[in-house]
Amino acid sequence: MINWDLFERFGPRMLEGFAITLELALGSVALALLISVPAALGRVFGSKPVSGALFAYTYLFRGTPLLAQLFLLYYGSAQFQPALSSAGLWWLFRDPFFCSLLAFTLNTAAYQTEIFAGAIRGVPVGQIEAARAAAMPPMLAARRIILPLAAGLALRPFGNELIMMVKASALASVVTVYDLLATAKLAFQRTYDFQAYLAAALVYIATVETIRRLWNALDKRLNRHRAVCQ
Amino acid sequence: MKLDTTIAIEARNIAKSFGNTPVLKGVSLAARKGEAVAIIGASGSGKSTFLRCLNLLEVPDLGEVHANGERITIGPGGQPPARARIERIRRSVAMVFQGFNLWHHMTVLGNVIEAPIHVHGRPRAEAIEEARALLAKVGLTHRADAYPSQISGGEQQRAAIARALAVHPSVILFDEPTSALDPELRGEVLATIQALASEGRTMIIVTHEMAFARDVSARTVFFCEGRIEEEGASAALFASPKSPRLQQFLESFRPGGFTADRQEASFSR
Repeated sequence: MINWDLFERFGPRMLEGFAITLELALGSVALALLISVPAALGRVFGSKPVSGALFAYTYLFRGTPLLAQLFLLYYGSAQFQPALSSAGLWWLFRDPFFCSLLAFTLNTAAYQTEIFAGAIRGVPVGQIEAARAAAMPPMLAARRIILPLAAGLALRPFGNELIMMVKASALASVVTVYDLLATAKLAFQRTYDFQAYLAAALVYIATVETIRRLWNALDKRLNRHRAVCQ
Repeated sequence: MKLDTTIAIEARNIAKSFGNTPVLKGVSLAARKGEAVAIIGASGSGKSTFLRCLNLLEVPDLGEVHANGERITIGPGGQPPARARIERIRRSVAMVFQGFNLWHHMTVLGNVIEAPIHVHGRPRAEAIEEARALLAKVGLTHRADAYPSQISGGEQQRAAIARALAVHPSVILFDEPTSALDPELRGEVLATIQALASEGRTMIIVTHEMAFARDVSARTVFFCEGRIEEEGASAALFASPKSPRLQQFLESFRPGGFTADRQEASFSR
């Protein structure tokens, strides 16, 4: 039986938690795009030092646990409180939401960089040669030819990354952010009714399902030039 | 240095190696304005690499390329040429590729207007109007809104030719434009190129189609092992080749051979 009383009491809080989850997941994935797209171009077309530095970045952030990165940012930054205070940044690093957002952004940007770098490498050489032969400068070729083609190739793995982040954002509950999971936990601790967790799980599933459908629509749009026999 | 204004594009003493393999050993070639030059030769003779050196898709190890008032000289141990200078040459030198290389994510019309708008800064409406005229010229009016994957290879190559024409190039480079096509689709592309030649367009054409090379070009150049082995007026060169190597090469295309029959057939219309 559905425990209506539980949801009457904790439903609104869980909805707020869900909003926080969305902010963290969508926010970090979107902010990460600002890093990952240029980083992927640098990874593929950059000079040795540029490509190497970017490799080191993705290597580190993909090689260590996201939770460790979050702890390092949230608890580690406390070590530098005087320095951060004098730089006028302590108010940011004191905030668990901000630390979570930053950790998630840096982490997903590393994965996204590799996704987009792979997609860029997947753009047929002839497409890029045609752009060069047409006298396109590198940035124009990137904007008009390489990135649009790579976007089609990266779409599915990128969707995977977004789905991962929706659920990975639950880690923020460990550093006192009241996201969906944290509010469900709160409801459970007050009532000992596991339906709180069940409801949270259903909301995560519904979110992922929404992304899945959105991605199917995006695929139709971005890859319409490939839709020959579909 | 004084520039010869009757020359559309010129390359001097082009040398290029891939690793330790020399591919071009000092090749010089010029195309005068309005001239169509055919380049023939066996696979691996360096003809495609040479063509790609003309628009700097391959940067020669040594040599000089001159087009559009720009002269790029590469000496021993010299710096690679500045990108802006390479782009200046490319702006006047269009290329048609063996594999068409139409941009997959753009329609046929989108492909044709891309460089005029974004590289040459032409107004969009004007570019579209001209593109439609060019597509009509290559017989693709009905395919303007199709994506490359939705049309045949011959149609893709004709669209690529329209794309090349759209930038008002002073030279068009054709890199084996029919080699990737099924035999029944070659004729339409060859006829399109032939039509351009008779308009007096400056073209350099690397091809394996001997009858086409003879008919389309005033001058033919025979590449062999990274050098120009023989060159001359096309009619004479094909009728009475001087070097044994060219004789031998042309022998493999003689009537009676399957290849030659097919090529003759494609031009007997």
